[in-house]
Amino acid sequence: MEASTQQDPILRIRSLNAWFGESHAVKDVSLDISPNAVTAIIGPSGCGKSTFIRCLNRLHEEVPSAGAAGEVLLSGMNIYGEGVDPVGIRRKIGMVFQKPNPFPALSIFDNVVSGLRLGGVRRRSILVEVAERSLRQAALWDEVKDKLHAPGTGLSGGQQQRLCIARALAVDPPVLLMDEPTSALDPIATAKIEELVLELKKQVTIVIVTHNMQQAARISDRTAFFLMGELVEYGETSTVFTVPKEERTERYITGKFG
Amino acid sequence: MIRHIDQGLSQLNQKLLTMAGLVEQAVECATDAWRFRNMAKIADVYSIERRVNQCHLDVDAACVQLLALQAPMAKDLRFIVSCIKINNDLERMVDLAVNIANNTEFYLQAPTAIHIEDLSQMSDEVRIMVREVLDAFVKTDERLARRVLSRDDRVDAYKRKIVEDCLGQMKNKPDRIEQGMNLIFIAKNLERIGDHATNIAEDVIFSASGQDIRHAVPTPPKENDSAE
Amino acid sequence: MKSAQIHAYLSENYTRRRWVDRGMRLVLFLCAVAALVPLFSVLGYVLFRGVPGLNLDFFTQIPRPVGEAGGGMANSLVGTCILVATASLLGIPWGIAAGVYLSEYGRTKTAHVVRFATDILASVPSIVIGLFIYALFVVPMGGFSALAGGMALGVLMIPTVARSTEEMLRLVPTHIREAGLALGLPRWKVILRVVLRGCVSAITTGVMLAIARVAGETAPLLFTALNNRFWSDSLTQPIASLPVQIYSYAIAPFEEWHTQAWAGALVLVLLVFVINIGSRVFFRGDAIGRE
Repeated sequence: MEASTQQDPILRIRSLNAWFGESHAVKDVSLDISPNAVTAIIGPSGCGKSTFIRCLNRLHEEVPSAGAAGEVLLSGMNIYGEGVDPVGIRRKIGMVFQKPNPFPALSIFDNVVSGLRLGGVRRRSILVEVAERSLRQAALWDEVKDKLHAPGTGLSGGQQQRLCIARALAVDPPVLLMDEPTSALDPIATAKIEELVLELKKQVTIVIVTHNMQQAARISDRTAFFLMGELVEYGETSTVFTVPKEERTERYITGKFG
Repeated sequence: MIRHIDQGLSQLNQKLLTMAGLVEQAVECATDAWRFRNMAKIADVYSIERRVNQCHLDVDAACVQLLALQAPMAKDLRFIVSCIKINNDLERMVDLAVNIANNTEFYLQAPTAIHIEDLSQMSDEVRIMVREVLDAFVKTDERLARRVLSRDDRVDAYKRKIVEDCLGQMKNKPDRIEQGMNLIFIAKNLERIGDHATNIAEDVIFSASGQDIRHAVPTPPKENDSAE
Repeated sequence: MKSAQIHAYLSENYTRRRWVDRGMRLVLFLCAVAALVPLFSVLGYVLFRGVPGLNLDFFTQIPRPVGEAGGGMANSLVGTCILVATASLLGIPWGIAAGVYLSEYGRTKTAHVVRFATDILASVPSIVIGLFIYALFVVPMGGFSALAGGMALGVLMIPTVARSTEEMLRLVPTHIREAGLALGLPRWKVILRVVLRGCVSAITTGVMLAIARVAGETAPLLFTALNNRFWSDSLTQPIASLPVQIYSYAIAPFEEWHTQAWAGALVLVLLVFVINIGSRVFFRGDAIGRE
């Protein structure tokens, strides 16, 4: 765990601000994300944690009236720099959403390779290879290898979510953002996703938003606590959950809010 | 906001306090038995020990249940973990009080007496330590807990001196060897009660502040309890 | 009120409420039945009057002059097909494009104006559309034509197709679009290849309903495609169509023609019926429809 913090951060966030129209959703947040580690973002509903990670792949700005400002350096390059194409950024920073969202009317195979195919890759052999690799990475291969051409929406919720993870991994992003990926899943499917996250961090950097503090405690190396758009505390997960520095963190994780 | 876990935590706290009160009583009885040559107090120690053993089981069960069902975090987590450790220390303390009672029993049965001035003072010091550390626990008072730590050095000094005195007397008069040994055992057991009080003080500090001050300077070798 | 009182109160009223409930249900059921009566009486009557006029000639012959027996509406059938095809070619891409715009970029002021205009267009009487094409196209071109007829029907299709496309696209949840964007795909590609693809069959349903609607239109054709007693497959010539043919036969004073008009009406109703049912069956197999 300690080793991860010694490496140079893969994402450096500096004075990031985000808005929805007039409301200031993320307030001047700065933090570093270590490579090959799991960083958990926790906080009560509406604290800006989802907005925060949606700023990291510039998806936030797709919402009408939403805006963001600040610096997010991906391996040194500011993704909010002038002339930077958000479309290119999103290939490097993948995302998995709260609700499993396989593309409707597409088969499992077509879902996994959609990023590549629509991105211009035509060679069947490449698509087949990537599909298998991604599905294996997402621990879904064994369950779907015999029905790759069945519709993706026919899978169970947990399988759909792993399909979405495979789809995100297929374009080989160094960073994967996960926005409450298990909130719509049952405990068994949740456990599988959590195992998967721990396995995946060997290859990708994961930033995960979660409502479930036990989940953050189980799978993350570092934890950031957000409250009303501000970053209250950021540190090693083991420290944050046993000896939080801030009173507000303490009150939140022991359930004393309200 | 009153949380469900708060009820469990206060029950645990109550159990541990009852147990601590009994342990304090046991230490007092054991030392009084020696000091006032009172055999009745020895019987008291034995009966208290049985009650403390029951508390030991109760507190452990309560801790495991809270950990399993409430998934405590931060302060709550530190409190429960400290309770588990304090529980063990208290149980060891009552065992040591029983040892003292044993030694005293032998000591009182023998005809000869050795006069060791410091043993009374040492037992007073240990009793104060025990009372203070329990106070610190009740009030989660970090400063009081730190004061307990400083008392431990004095207790250790008393013990060294008593051992020296006994050895000196034993060398001169071989018929005092058995009695001398009993006194050395009593001092040794008192000293170890003090050690456990120190452990509890450290746990109180951890529970209150999250600081782990055990094995502080120089760098600790490995996580190992100070008791052998 | 104590809970015992509440329970007593509730059980006192239970019998009464059960009867009110039954009464209401009966009233609603009768209303529903009443709504079906016109539909089935129209169908039954058209069937009753139309079947005698149906024969092979009806589908293969063109109209005979007054007084001659026999003849059919073959040219009108073909004409309707040509008109609908032309209308579809003009109206469907236009309508779908408008629908995509409204759904995907529909939060701007312009879009609100467009949406409002589309709704207005949908409620403009079809004869006005016919007049509009007449003034804009028929007069400058110097004559009635199949193309003009197709255009009028096409314009009629646009609002229906646009609004149904918009509705269907809106059924595709936002997070599906975001998933596409998060893969590093440009928005237009996400819309075309993911969102539209996901509801192709739903949109097809909307399109078929629009076709069914314009296939039976008469008024806009009176000023545009007019009618033709002979075979014609030219877009620049007036062309026959089922509705107009039915209209002109129905107002004529000949019993023979009346029979044919009823047969034409039956064919038209069946055509619209088949398209409607077909579109519904089609929609059932859709991914969005299933969700």
